[in-house]
Amino acid sequence: MASKTATKDIITLRGSAAIVSEFFGYSANSILYNRGVYPEESFVKVKKYGLPMLLTQDEGLKSFIVNLTAQLSEWLESGKLQRVVLVIMSKATNEVLERWNFSIETDSEVVEQGVLREKSDKEIMREIQAIMRQIASSITYLPCLDEPCVFDVLAYTDKDVAVPFTWIESDPKLITNPEIVKLHSFDTKIHKVNTLVSYKNDEWDEQ
Amino acid sequence: MDAGSMGSSPNLKSQSRCPLQEQFLQRRNSRENLDRFIPNRSAMDFDFANMMLTEGRKGKENPAVSSPSREAYRKQLAEAMNMNRTRILAFKNKPPAPVEMFPREFSSLQQDKPAKPRRYIPQTSEKTLDAPDLVDDYYLNLLDWGSCNVLAIALANTVYLWDATNGSTSELVTFEDEVGSVTSVSWAPDGRHIAIGLDNSEVQLWDSTANKQLRTLRGCHRSRVGSLAWNNHILTTGGMDSCIVNNDVRIRSHIVETYRGHEQEVCGLKWSASGQQLASGGNDNLLHIWDRSVASSNSPTQWLHRLEDHTAAVKALAWCPFQGNLLASGGGGGDRCIKFWNTHTGACLNSVDTGSQVCALLWNKNERELLSSHGFTQNQLTLWKYPSMAKIAELTGHTSRVLYMAQSPDGCTVASAAGDETLRFWNVFGVPEVVKPAPKANPEPFAHLNRIR
Repeated sequence: MASKTATKDIITLRGSAAIVSEFFGYSANSILYNRGVYPEESFVKVKKYGLPMLLTQDEGLKSFIVNLTAQLSEWLESGKLQRVVLVIMSKATNEVLERWNFSIETDSEVVEQGVLREKSDKEIMREIQAIMRQIASSITYLPCLDEPCVFDVLAYTDKDVAVPFTWIESDPKLITNPEIVKLHSFDTKIHKVNTLVSYKNDEWDEQ
Repeated sequence: MDAGSMGSSPNLKSQSRCPLQEQFLQRRNSRENLDRFIPNRSAMDFDFANMMLTEGRKGKENPAVSSPSREAYRKQLAEAMNMNRTRILAFKNKPPAPVEMFPREFSSLQQDKPAKPRRYIPQTSEKTLDAPDLVDDYYLNLLDWGSCNVLAIALANTVYLWDATNGSTSELVTFEDEVGSVTSVSWAPDGRHIAIGLDNSEVQLWDSTANKQLRTLRGCHRSRVGSLAWNNHILTTGGMDSCIVNNDVRIRSHIVETYRGHEQEVCGLKWSASGQQLASGGNDNLLHIWDRSVASSNSPTQWLHRLEDHTAAVKALAWCPFQGNLLASGGGGGDRCIKFWNTHTGACLNSVDTGSQVCALLWNKNERELLSSHGFTQNQLTLWKYPSMAKIAELTGHTSRVLYMAQSPDGCTVASAAGDETLRFWNVFGVPEVVKPAPKANPEPFAHLNRIR
């Protein structure tokens, strides 16, 4: 977490990367729970960001997310991560149904020169809380996912990043003619994360 | 030059020349090649002809040397293609499907590498050998370098072996005219046995150390066998009849499976390193990926992917050594692009217009680099950095399109042969004899197997 003294809220690059990658972990869990990709029984409630957040108990999924956030944290610290996309696809047809897009703007001055920034921890938590609430409420407008789904995570990085051998090149898995909803963003003053969700048009909406 | 194997005869056409001898004098006049016979196909290389007719002098405008303007042009092109600064990565191990539960192991993640000093790449060929009667046919595969460090090259009806450790040449076999000319050669993984594809549709298997023929595979094709690929004991043959046949060379009825899908001659054939997937390219501009599990199952089509993006014949194919399921393919004269594919999903990851017919592709086993060989107008070999596809070097020297390329077993040297009847060696992937000074401190296992000059 961000290192802070009692009076000042100083954020280091490492601290900010940790906040952002932790946010991904929780929001991925939240999306998977809310969209019903994984059975609800496999999630357990924990307290985070002042909200009851749901975390999966499935071992495979847990380790996947842990490794994912570890790698994202590393890329964030070097300023090479541009965005992270969580893609939900139909298990049967592999068609992309939903795309949760978290784009990241990094303050390059911090990456290159290692300066520190100031922002109150509470403020950041409040911004993240707002996004979490929005994700949870998104089920009111997102089309129902009736069929079994799987998900995947894509990372958009700078071209000069060395690909760790647990990652492979991929295509962007875009949706044709998507509906896009923009959610709140949060800013640690070092990394700014903008969230939006794009989903495939439900046939019912055409009318 | 060096004092190695010597043929004292200079390059005069009137005298009989010994093949694979050192050339003292370079060919001065490329017009000499025009007198060479054209192989007995009435239809020559359509791609080349098409390019000559439609593109004209386009190649001349671009300077051979990489200049700042080319950098800028490339950047523009890359931006237009929307991938200038970004690459998209997905986790290799997919997250578990819901309801299932299985543990996974992730190895430690690599750190970003510090910038390495550029190694020196010699701009000229290190060695040039004479290759008289080398057929200038785009669809054949006449050059291969075996794991025992012996190079095999087919000149008209004869297969010659050149031992890279001591530079000696020997003739393996000469076929009579009824059998026809040699259309492809391929070393088996053991480096001792060699498969020879012939114009009369047969494939012969020879033992190179005993200089003996082992068997003849008949009946796989109805016309010439232009491409070969080994997968352990399976020899896959691609023919002008557009069929691809898997032959088990150990058993009597050798035909195990036939892949149908191409509509014209199969000129490119490569198995992946895992031996699970086969890439094939044909004169019909198609690139097929065949997966052993899919082909044997009851799916409507035998192929896993049928990729139609190229607009010319696909002969150059190369699987990436450091990234599984990554395939590079190159198109002929009407296409001139190198395309990269994820063979799991069939997605095209990148496409680069090289400006010239792509005849062959080789990956560097030690660095993230790709070498491509080209035809009109420069007849150059281009070394690209992967994945940025920035040109690191362009090697010129050939005076005709560089149709055939092979890599030495130690991964340092590349041999290239062209219709100008020369076989050239380039130390483009590194310097043999020396332990690599790169961050990877692995000593080369074959460093002591160098050519003694």
